[in-house]
Amino acid sequence: MLKTYSEFWYRFKKDKLAVAGSIIVICLFVLSFIAPLVAPYDPNAIDARHVLTPPGTAHLFGTDDLGRDVFSRILFGARISLKVGFFSVGISVLIGIMIGALAGYYGTWVDTIIMRFVDTMLCFPTFFLIIALIALFEPSIWIIMIVIGATNWMGVARLVRAEILSLKQREFILAARAAGASDLRIIFSHILPNALAPVLVYATLGVAAAILIESSLSFLGIGVQPPTPSWGNILTVGKDNIEIAWWLSLFPGLAILITVLGYNLLGEGIRDSLDPRLR
Amino acid sequence: MLIGITMISFLVIHIAPGSPADLLVQMNPKASPEAKARLRAYYGLDKPLHIQYLYWLKQIAVFDFGSSFSPDGRKVADKILERMPVTVLINVLSMLLIFAIALPIGVLSSVYQRSLLDKFSTVFVFLGFAWPSFWLALLLMMLFGVTLGWLPISGLKAYNHDSLSFYAQTLDYAKHLILPVLVSAFGGIAGMSRYVRSSMLEVIRQDYIRTARAKGLTESAVMYRHALRNALLPVITLLGLSVPGLIGGSVIFETIFSIPGMGQLFWQSAMSRDYPLIMGMLVIGAILTLIGNILADISYAMADPRIRVR
Repeated sequence: MLKTYSEFWYRFKKDKLAVAGSIIVICLFVLSFIAPLVAPYDPNAIDARHVLTPPGTAHLFGTDDLGRDVFSRILFGARISLKVGFFSVGISVLIGIMIGALAGYYGTWVDTIIMRFVDTMLCFPTFFLIIALIALFEPSIWIIMIVIGATNWMGVARLVRAEILSLKQREFILAARAAGASDLRIIFSHILPNALAPVLVYATLGVAAAILIESSLSFLGIGVQPPTPSWGNILTVGKDNIEIAWWLSLFPGLAILITVLGYNLLGEGIRDSLDPRLR
Repeated sequence: MLIGITMISFLVIHIAPGSPADLLVQMNPKASPEAKARLRAYYGLDKPLHIQYLYWLKQIAVFDFGSSFSPDGRKVADKILERMPVTVLINVLSMLLIFAIALPIGVLSSVYQRSLLDKFSTVFVFLGFAWPSFWLALLLMMLFGVTLGWLPISGLKAYNHDSLSFYAQTLDYAKHLILPVLVSAFGGIAGMSRYVRSSMLEVIRQDYIRTARAKGLTESAVMYRHALRNALLPVITLLGLSVPGLIGGSVIFETIFSIPGMGQLFWQSAMSRDYPLIMGMLVIGAILTLIGNILADISYAMADPRIRVR
């Protein structure tokens, strides 16, 4: 599959879409780190004299129903979506790796029970599960990240299990076992490094999915709670003022679109560069 | 499988802090501890968890999901059943729309690979993947509902619906359904056309396609009779797999367009912590997915003569 990293880089750099995706992602990182420096206003500063101002020189993207600067709120919203994206994917990848490794490595009845469980989880409309769980707890950013992570690990689990099944009987694993390596050592230092590439692809695409879910939840009102700015809850205000303030609906949506697009392009780019046959 | 579904639905509700009885008491602060205990006994909440589960399982085996906690106290099964047709209708319509649009896009962009059309559809696909459906809903509402004023933006029927003739009533429904169906189909169109494209590309490289060309068949016969039929097989599976996503997505567009379907009901039940209703909806949502998968398997077997049920 993949011989060297330089070969990977060579293909990756030739893929214009992948490069575009990584530029978007890097820009987002930088923007969310320097948000306090570049934001022209305090994202939570209420200004009763400039309520629902259309975009102009003073307010680049206009203001919302409380006179807060939408541009600054979107900048700070980038931090939230970045945080949610990475933490929830981190959680789902961790759960997925553990469960997948358990099923793939031990096989037999452990495998049967775990994979049955995975199949059952896949039957549920994920969004139903997420809403039920969040509604039962108090919505907070931590709950959101945990719930998104806890309902999206099934893909990673399947991936890791398949990878382990195909590697388990290879000579280098048998050699490691003959040398007396423990199960944990075999799983973590011999098998998992080989499964890293597909998991990385899955995780990159997963960040995009998590950001989409978070923004939908915040839009519905059970995600990130105001006054903390999130792209989803700015859009809620946009819906309430749909007849008078188009800028409240347009810009946060564009931010989500560009971000998700960036992660998707990056993820697909990594996948194509790892395995050019898939193109 | 069904047992697993009921177990997860049950656990999801019961790992949450706070009990339904507390909630009922909150609504009526004058409730005495005795009344609370009576309530708990009434809903069987004083028993250990596994007994509660078995009790609930025994009930739903005969399709009795208990009564809703909401003030009307109606049967959960009735509540869900009356909401189901709208959601199923919208999802079936959007699946048809997905198929009708994605199939030609996918086939054409694979046949004319690297053409302008292919590039255009690739851009569309990436945008479609990344486009948040609720944002699309907002934009469409703004364009067609507010700026142009062509389509209604909420509900299922106009206020004067009952006074209309049958024809006008149908038209009224159709007008209310256009935007929700579009929104729910949008993401699927992108995914499906991408999938059809890659599936077609894979099939076109096969030896039997070369054989079909070699024996002098016209290009369209090769494509439609030999290639497309084989390329569609994995697509059928994908249709079955997309059912949970569609049902889950119905929460979003039904809330935005205030359509009285299952998604909205689920949303309301989650917000009011209507435990029996939430559990019932989770089970039914998962069962609908199972049905979708079974239908996909059956149509797979019909499309592919190599697969026969033994």
